[in-house]
Amino acid sequence: MTEYVSTTPGLFPLPDWAKDDLSDLKGHQKHDLISGDESGEIAATYEDARKEVVEGQQDADLDRTVEGQLRWDDMLAHPLAVHDAVETRGIVRYYDNNNFYREPVVTDDLDFSGDVATELETAAELADGDDLQAVLPGPYSLADLATDEHYGDEAAFLDAIADFLEAEASAFPEHETLFLLEPSLVEHAPEDGVDERASQAIDRVAGAVDADVVVQPYWGALEEKVYAHLLDADIDAVGFDFVANREDNLYNIQEYDTTDDISLGLVDGQNTLVEDPEAIRERVDWIYDQLPVSAFETVYLTTNTETFYLPYAKFEEKLAALAEAAELAEVKAA
Amino acid sequence: MSPDTPVNENKDQFRPDDHDTDHFLLTTVVGSYPKPKWLNRAKELYQDDDHEFDAEDWQEAKDDAARLITAEHERAGLDAVVDGEMRRNEMVEFFAHRIEGYEFNGPVKVWGHNYFDKPSVVSEVEYDDSWLVDEYEFTAAASDRPVKVPITGPYTLANWSFNEAYDDDEELAYDLADLVNEEIEKLVEAGARYIQIDEPALATTPDDHAIVGEALERIVADIPEEVRIGLHVCYGDYSRIYPEILEFPVDEFDLELANGDYEQLDVFKDPAFTKDLALGVTDAHVAEVESVEQIEENIKKGLEVVPPEQLVVSPDCGVKLLPREVAYGKMANMVEAARNVEAALDAGELDIERGAPTPADD
Repeated sequence: MTEYVSTTPGLFPLPDWAKDDLSDLKGHQKHDLISGDESGEIAATYEDARKEVVEGQQDADLDRTVEGQLRWDDMLAHPLAVHDAVETRGIVRYYDNNNFYREPVVTDDLDFSGDVATELETAAELADGDDLQAVLPGPYSLADLATDEHYGDEAAFLDAIADFLEAEASAFPEHETLFLLEPSLVEHAPEDGVDERASQAIDRVAGAVDADVVVQPYWGALEEKVYAHLLDADIDAVGFDFVANREDNLYNIQEYDTTDDISLGLVDGQNTLVEDPEAIRERVDWIYDQLPVSAFETVYLTTNTETFYLPYAKFEEKLAALAEAAELAEVKAA
Repeated sequence: MSPDTPVNENKDQFRPDDHDTDHFLLTTVVGSYPKPKWLNRAKELYQDDDHEFDAEDWQEAKDDAARLITAEHERAGLDAVVDGEMRRNEMVEFFAHRIEGYEFNGPVKVWGHNYFDKPSVVSEVEYDDSWLVDEYEFTAAASDRPVKVPITGPYTLANWSFNEAYDDDEELAYDLADLVNEEIEKLVEAGARYIQIDEPALATTPDDHAIVGEALERIVADIPEEVRIGLHVCYGDYSRIYPEILEFPVDEFDLELANGDYEQLDVFKDPAFTKDLALGVTDAHVAEVESVEQIEENIKKGLEVVPPEQLVVSPDCGVKLLPREVAYGKMANMVEAARNVEAALDAGELDIERGAPTPADD
């Protein structure tokens, strides 16, 4: 029987009070962004905010709880932005969005940091036994978002990023699922040869944890070859952004099949229109009808992208819609 | 003016009667300007329910600020002035509050702890009350100089909103363009002759230039020829929108080029730039006032692209994030530099080769 799991790719918006408090405590300029060694009131504010978003997920009855990545001022570039071997330089555009992050420039060996593991430890305490989900940028996207001034060539840099993420993930506390977010696989698709290395890099990071690993590309569908290579990695599920592109995603699955589990990005992480849970469930049915696969073991229902693009209240409504849709799907399947 | 100076009627309508030189490089600003600190304090008082500072006081504060900044623009010597957008909080929010069909759901992140109240379009957009006629009339009354009116363009209004109501952003942009057209008609009726459409979102998605072009066709429908329409586009990869943008129905393109050290200047040399070029000659992102000499050099860059009669001189972008004294210094030096270049042109001292770049000799 298929298990329907409602979840998100993390990177939540801060609750509005935390936006205000942290603006006041940290400031608005480039040098005011998170350093990784914050303490005192700033750290306490993040703790309160983290507690609120963890409880929010529990209240919504989501099947996985994420830490929320509220400290990730630089979005998916965060794990590098707080690293000692990285200089943060100018403010650069985050993919095709009206969002910006500090360009992380790697200038030395990327040794172990533990920043994300520490965050996840605190979330594990708050989750209090609920199924925890870790979130990391995929190695290809993290390398794509950064600039290398140390390793020398593209292949060596991707390797170094994969090593780094592998070590970070190895330090994670026990968790049920790991989401590796890989929007760059769509937005800046790897060329011939690089696609294979990207898949190997993902495989390495995935191998670092006991959890189920979901690789979630978004803002469209993967190019055929990139998708085919991704399936060679030892991962449990590939995610599909059905909000941005139905046709090419379906084509990929029809042509190349997919993993035993699947992650369906059916709720728009970048629009305030809140989907009706029943409509989400119908979209699941619709996708099933198009696929050669008879059943998946696990179907993750999620937003297609991170959710920090949304106003907080709409974000909460989206979580509730996802949880209810998974429940409806489960009932129908049973 | 000597009889052999080429004429650009649309631009020359802004030439001051007492302009000293034959050549005229229209000097202006993109729009926004640093708000006086007391205006921000007044806003806090107005938002504080426990305080007596009421709507009338707040209106008066905004009027005072608009008068002050308009006068500051005059003092800097600008030929066409703006009130520095003292009444506007943010370039999308301000308009969304005035258009039927928008709703606000709270702040969203732009970067770090910088947020904006990104609005949602929840039903068909409709024109209600005028957006800018009061602002224009106030500024026009406060100044003897021509007043430029910046308006956030429909493509940016569509792109920087959540779209809940339209099948796609293109359809929404066209509907918004019709509303902008309605507003410009009212502004023209009130006496406005210089309108600037701001489309910063085009820098993010240059492939959508055709949508911006179609939206502009709607914007200028039935607007009299003599009304000057400019388009401001912020820093981006200009090679992806040029020369296509020459087809747009506008008189002037206002471009950010100082920030990139004119690296992209050659893009505009071939094919020839057939519209007026409002060239960014001071960097809006650097809190240091460029010298008059430096700005003169920057203005001369513009003359590599267009002849003097097609050149307008302006900062790269809105200067609202600069300290106010820096913003003023940039404006004043910019005007002085423009006047110096005009005099040099009159004297025949400038020999600048214009047009397609020729391969280097070495």
